[in-house]
Amino acid sequence: MTTTLTKPDSPEDRRPRVRRPKAARAGGQMHAGPIAYVILALFTLGSLFPLVWTAIAASRDNQRLAQTPPPFWFGSNLFDNLDLAWNDANLGEAFLNTTFVAGVSAATIVFLSTIAGFAFAKLRFKGRNAMMLIVIGTMMVPPQLSVIPLYMMVAELDWSDQLQAVILPSLVSAFGVFFMRQYLLQALPDEIIEAARVDGASSWRVIWHVVFPAARPAMAVLGMLMFVQTWNDFLWPFLVLTQNGNPTVQVAVAGLGRGYTPDQSLIMAGALLGTLPLLIVFAIFGKQIVGGIMQGAVKG
Amino acid sequence: MTTGHDTAAASPAKEGGAAPGRPSGGGPTEQEQRRRKRQSRRWQRDVRWSPYAFVSPFFLLFLAFGLFPLIYTGWASLHQVELTAPTDMDWVGLRNYTRIFDDEFFWNAAENTLTIGIISTVPQLLMAMGIAHILNYKLRASTFYRVAMLAPYATSIAAASLLFVLLFGRDYGMINWALGAVGIDNIDWQNDKWASQIAVSTIVIWRWTGYNALIYLAAMQAIPQDLYESAALDGASRWQQFFHVTLPSLRPTILFTVVVSTIGASQLFGEPLLFDANKGASGGSQHQFQTLGLYLYEQGWVNQHLGRASAIAWTMFLILIVIGIVNYVISRRLRASS
Repeated sequence: MTTTLTKPDSPEDRRPRVRRPKAARAGGQMHAGPIAYVILALFTLGSLFPLVWTAIAASRDNQRLAQTPPPFWFGSNLFDNLDLAWNDANLGEAFLNTTFVAGVSAATIVFLSTIAGFAFAKLRFKGRNAMMLIVIGTMMVPPQLSVIPLYMMVAELDWSDQLQAVILPSLVSAFGVFFMRQYLLQALPDEIIEAARVDGASSWRVIWHVVFPAARPAMAVLGMLMFVQTWNDFLWPFLVLTQNGNPTVQVAVAGLGRGYTPDQSLIMAGALLGTLPLLIVFAIFGKQIVGGIMQGAVKG
Repeated sequence: MTTGHDTAAASPAKEGGAAPGRPSGGGPTEQEQRRRKRQSRRWQRDVRWSPYAFVSPFFLLFLAFGLFPLIYTGWASLHQVELTAPTDMDWVGLRNYTRIFDDEFFWNAAENTLTIGIISTVPQLLMAMGIAHILNYKLRASTFYRVAMLAPYATSIAAASLLFVLLFGRDYGMINWALGAVGIDNIDWQNDKWASQIAVSTIVIWRWTGYNALIYLAAMQAIPQDLYESAALDGASRWQQFFHVTLPSLRPTILFTVVVSTIGASQLFGEPLLFDANKGASGGSQHQFQTLGLYLYEQGWVNQHLGRASAIAWTMFLILIVIGIVNYVISRRLRASS
């Protein structure tokens, strides 16, 4: 199991190193031909057009969406629809809830994954390899299969429509542990830890003063990935939260689609509102997120 | 768990600082020696036990919210449990299992999960491979393509499903309009069996192809250049290089993506639930795109039989174990052959 990027010596020179193999790798010297660009353009269009069309549909009204051909350009109803969707679907509260849920679980996962990843990457202890195998094995068990007892627990504790019911189960992230381990194996030289040890630093101090500073770039990327994942989580929040009680954005948006008035432009306005924050994050940090996903890719 | 370490951390440094102050020539006092011994014991304890402290939160969380619920699902599947009173459990043995195995909709859902799984996974991974190959060339604005193809991944299941419901609309949807332009009659994407399964799969394909392309691209960039150089020296064409160098090197990654996509496909829930919102958990008027995940939800939360839903969950788990074993055997064969 290794990450697929070349080894960075320190976080600072990571970015240039990431780009460098491009020149050396297979096909890398070869410039893409026109056909490659055409295929890429089509694929990019296929990826982006549905999102753009969400905005187009959200800017029209229901009657216009029930005509053929469908609209290809923006209408004038965007802000009315956004306003209606915002109020109809309880989206204001949903945004606050989701931001809180995704923020708390992303931060907790990043913290716990970093200390566990550090232990697996750099500390010696009995059972280390077996434990790491167990961590990887847990990735193969989809959390959806555990929802029934969790639902019973929530019922027992009277936690339905309460955010901790969504946050707690989301904190299990084997991917996070694996991701941080892979990064720290490469980014944190043993000598630095040994030097800190010789100075008499305890394990906890090493974490605080050596590991966290070295792991910062990977922690940021993992935080974003986990934020996206929790923000988009559907099944479990859908089971324990209700649209009119204390919804997350996904529960609220799904509720729009199941409402009594199938106003399609309104539904699209809700979908747009629920997606927009993440699209903005991707527009700003897209490069880092892409790098993070590629770095987390498993080989072997 | 960790507060004890802070004191241990500070003291050896202090001790080093105090060393020059000691009377030269004289050995450390008895008291000093005892203090040192205590410190080194504390030090050893720290080195020995703190790794376990660092990994334990993950395992505790997994125990509480992963493993225990999974095992408890097996226990609940042997009981009659109602949604309205989830703590009252009556032992019924294997009756939940015989009930679902006798239910035609269970087999229907299993079949749908398999076909939707194939329709969504195979084209998705093939396209991802092709796109990754193109991205591996020297390109202008390569970052732009990568970020753009990741945008669907940022879109939630709920938003994407509602959007595609509209695009796949029978009378006014954009897709039927485009097909009409090339002379194909309107397709009833919601009610026709295969059309609806293709439509649901399209949502999955749209969301995940770019992500998988990036995974493949990462693996392609890790292939050593000299493999290609020697292949080129042997006179291999670009296509031959792709089939004889790239693909074999990607085998572990391909296996990984196949496993992840298979698990994802076996759990499919939100897309079919929202694809026909009026039918909800039944997955279309004829259950034509009801997946196992949806069937589980229908039994547990619509029909309120949590025990039966547990039996479905446990059956899905056993299926995944079989897939895992098959995967293990295949990967061992592959490793042995290469």
